[in-house]
Amino acid sequence: MKKGSKRWAIVFVAPTFIAFCIAFLIPFMLGLYLSFCEFRTVSDASFVGFQNYVRAFGENTDFLNALTFTVKFAFASVIVINVVAFLLALMLTRGIKGTNLFRTVFFMPNLIGGIVLGYIWQLIINGILYNYGYSITSNATFGYWGLVVLSSWQMIGYMMVLYIAGIQNIPTAILEAARVDGASPIRTLRSIIIPSVMPSITICLFLTITNSFKLFDQNLALTAGAPSKQTQMVALDIYNTFYGRVGYEGIGQAKAVVFFILVAVIALLQLYFTRSKEVEN
Amino acid sequence: MKKLKFLNIFIFIFLFALSLVFLIPVITVLSNSFKDKFSISQSPFVLPDSTTFSGVENYINGIADTGFVSAFFWSLFITVSSVAIIVLFTSMTAWYIIRVKSRFNSILYYLFVFSMIVPFQMVMFTMSKIANILRLDNPFGLIFIYLGFGAGLSVFIFSGFVKSIPISLEEAAIIDGCNRLQTFWHVVFPILKPTAITVAILNTMWVWNDYLLPYLVIGSDYKTIPIAVQYLKGGYGSVDMGAMMAMLVLSILPVIIFYLSCQKYIIKGVAAGAVKG
Repeated sequence: MKKGSKRWAIVFVAPTFIAFCIAFLIPFMLGLYLSFCEFRTVSDASFVGFQNYVRAFGENTDFLNALTFTVKFAFASVIVINVVAFLLALMLTRGIKGTNLFRTVFFMPNLIGGIVLGYIWQLIINGILYNYGYSITSNATFGYWGLVVLSSWQMIGYMMVLYIAGIQNIPTAILEAARVDGASPIRTLRSIIIPSVMPSITICLFLTITNSFKLFDQNLALTAGAPSKQTQMVALDIYNTFYGRVGYEGIGQAKAVVFFILVAVIALLQLYFTRSKEVEN
Repeated sequence: MKKLKFLNIFIFIFLFALSLVFLIPVITVLSNSFKDKFSISQSPFVLPDSTTFSGVENYINGIADTGFVSAFFWSLFITVSSVAIIVLFTSMTAWYIIRVKSRFNSILYYLFVFSMIVPFQMVMFTMSKIANILRLDNPFGLIFIYLGFGAGLSVFIFSGFVKSIPISLEEAAIIDGCNRLQTFWHVVFPILKPTAITVAILNTMWVWNDYLLPYLVIGSDYKTIPIAVQYLKGGYGSVDMGAMMAMLVLSILPVIIFYLSCQKYIIKGVAAGAVKG
């Protein structure tokens, strides 16, 4: 694999690398730089230092509100999704009749796109609230729980599949031994199942946390931030800052950088903490 | 043992009820798609009856308003081409950067991994401007952009599996006179096939449903299905709920067909993709 390998890099790496640079790497670097600039298009940038960052937080409370709302949403949805998905995985690894059918149904919503999901749930939630004279946009609480229910409906099946894979990886000999030793189901769960599926927990938490923070399509379709931006999450706030009115592109980019750093820090911290709990096998 | 059996029956009933809860939203949308547009919002849980039944009128209106047929074919074209290109090029890249040790290759590997956690909003503005400048703002250019965005996860998953392939196989092929491309194509890629299916499924689920990226890059000239659905809502004035329901059904239908026909691969692919993730 040594001689002449440079030549082959053009065939093997160049197409992906060029596409990666154009779609991601250059826009990323340019985005970092532009967050310190005032600009309308990209080519008319003038350096303004930290002004955009100051204005992102100081001009109005939109961004802070969106951050708070996103954190609250992520907190509830991560817990609901993972707890329900894990319980379902436990129930679906007992060899009960219909296991495959149940798994098929629970996973199904995951394949439906965010925009479509948003409108499906808008119909359902408005249909229920109509009886009480409300709609989903009349109160931010409705939007909040609407988003939690929607994202649970979407993500539970996916996480369930990952937890099932984790549980099925536990050697049956260990479970058998625990049963012979007379361990109670709760004890087996706590001392064997949960430690053994720690890698699944790590990945599921990672996926649900990052997905919850990045949620956009569902937010746009379900409430679009209504009432008065109270249910606007960070991704949607950034989008509206960029494209809402001219002259705010720099602020949008600064918000995006803050958002990126936040997601990166949370993701890395979470990986660090749960990885350290994983059992070496 | 008797207690255990009782518990299993209880769990079965619970799961059965929960399945119905999971299906209700989709069934509700389906039933409303056959109601006239004024009888939807207020009583979505009532089935269509002789006064509210509107046949396929909603479907006709929805398809006409959104240009659904062309949206369907653009979605199909963009998804199939992007996924094929992502699988082909990222598997080659992953193999190369794992097998040929160099500083550039290992930096590249970490850049791919890094790109996975960056939120799209970080690059959306600059990326769509660059796509515009480079004339990539058409369905063909979009496929190229998807290669760049899909590279992170796909290279990462492929790399994990390349490491598990014994290198002696490849060396044997080289000794037999294969060049790199032949070695990859005849020896490595067949071994990577299960991984390729995983990567293809994860990317299909992403590209088919993606809204913001295609909207920003090609949205003013071409519509994919999610853009068409959002377009129905985006216009001024009240939304035609009937057409909306019909479009939701038509958007879900291809997904369900795809899911039921490749269910085994999809669920396996999702589980396999995460093990390495």
